[in-house]
Amino acid sequence: MRNFSILPLELCGVSFSAGGKKLIHDIDLMIEDGPATILLGPNGAGKSLLLRLCHGLLQPTTGQVIWRDLGRHMPKLHAMVFQRPVMLRRSAAANIDYALKLNGICRQSRKKLVAEALELAGLSDQAQTPARVLSGGQQQRLAIARAWACRPQVLFLDEPTASLDPQATKAVETLIGQVQESGTKIIMTTHDLGQARRLAGEVLFLHSGRLIEHRPAEPFFSGPATSEARAFLAGDLLW
Amino acid sequence: MSTIGESFAAALALILGMDPALREIVGLSLQVSLTAVFLAALIGLPLGALLALSSFPGRGAVIVLSNTLMGLPPVVVGLLVYLMLSRAGPFGVLSLLYTPTAMIIAQVVLVTPIIVAYSRQVVEDLWTEYGEQLRSLGAGRLSATPTLLWEGRFPLTTGILAGFGRASAEVGAVMIVGGNIEHVTRVMTTAIALEVSRGDLPLALGLGIVLLILSLGVNAATALLAMATRQERRLMRRRVA
Ligand SMILES: Nc1ncnc2c1ncn2[C@@H]1O[C@H](COP(=O)(O)OP(=O)(O)O)[C@@H](O)[C@H]1O
Ligand SMILES: [Mg+2]
Repeated sequence: MRNFSILPLELCGVSFSAGGKKLIHDIDLMIEDGPATILLGPNGAGKSLLLRLCHGLLQPTTGQVIWRDLGRHMPKLHAMVFQRPVMLRRSAAANIDYALKLNGICRQSRKKLVAEALELAGLSDQAQTPARVLSGGQQQRLAIARAWACRPQVLFLDEPTASLDPQATKAVETLIGQVQESGTKIIMTTHDLGQARRLAGEVLFLHSGRLIEHRPAEPFFSGPATSEARAFLAGDLLW
Repeated sequence: MSTIGESFAAALALILGMDPALREIVGLSLQVSLTAVFLAALIGLPLGALLALSSFPGRGAVIVLSNTLMGLPPVVVGLLVYLMLSRAGPFGVLSLLYTPTAMIIAQVVLVTPIIVAYSRQVVEDLWTEYGEQLRSLGAGRLSATPTLLWEGRFPLTTGILAGFGRASAEVGAVMIVGGNIEHVTRVMTTAIALEVSRGDLPLALGLGIVLLILSLGVNAATALLAMATRQERRLMRRRVA
């Protein structure tokens, strides 16, 4: 179906400063299509900022974010699920419909796409429920379904299971797996190292706004190259 | 001269008996104020949203003007509109003075700033909450405006109710530009002023009671809206916990 890809995503010397502080330091990076890319790092390392820079919500102070073939396609080819997704005060189905409409998709196609997205997220029965009344886990799945409805090639997720119980976390992880199977590249942050191990194809390890490791998941978890990453992984063992 | 008790009984009789004179005055009042509030919402909601979301030359001046109008006593607004509509004024040729249309115009001037202020505040707050999400979904500030107005429908309705409160309660502006002409421009507040001075307390009291009930209704609706909003917040807090 796709005859072009927006990947790889390339960051060239990307820095970001705010309030007189340099928060992201000269990041050079290439993200290829393939299994999930997981951003790890302590709180305040700049993970959320980096996702926002990649997604285009923030402009780098210096450097460039380069997609291979982004053009001006409608619908948008990369989407993001925020740590605290904002649900519109309308039904679950209408939330998805809204996103499709913004991307210029006609009413007839929307109906089908809304149903498919709800189905994928296991929310078909909640289609007409006001989105803000759904449980935390359901809202998170709805947010993923809404972002996925336009069939993005890349989906950014910022701590998609923070503040969810284990059962809801599992459901979200399953959904992320399904999104991945549909051919969407997953780029996400998490503070849950178990989750990182389950999902990661490769790891980006961020520390104080610097990218200090970028490696396949397997070697990263079995033998991190930097002392910072070692400390970070060891810290997890203490919990 | 009847006692207050008798006047009160007579006033109730007027209301319960749907007295034609009373009905006509109440009808005209509602017609003028509801039309004015409708038009003010039509102007004020998008203008408030625009002020909240965009910066353009003269934005500051519009805000100052709007806030100033909001603080003016209705008689002064009435005077300004009078000057505009009087024979010598710029819109004199339209011969609108002493018509319900003139009263509607004056009340639009009174109410629009209130709705602008509410709308600006509500949309500003909502943009803080929704901005990034909406941009991510593909909306710009302009295309987000109707969405934000709809998302803010509860607090915005509160603003519209406040506007209706100001419109239906004021007497100065409609008195000056309407002239309190029987069967033409006599509304509740101007009628009360006149009837009291003429000594017809029952009609004045009757109209006063109607105004009271109206105000009660507006405030009850406002309270219900606040309750609905609190309820939603509670639901969301429970979700997060
Ligand atoms: N708009 C901003 N202005 C100033 N500082 C910010 C801004 N956004 C984030 N920061 C700071 O940048 C650092 C990285 O933030 P963030 O990317 O959210 O970290 P995390 O890795 O926990 O997601 C933090 O110290 C945060 O306080
Ligand atoms: Mg973060």
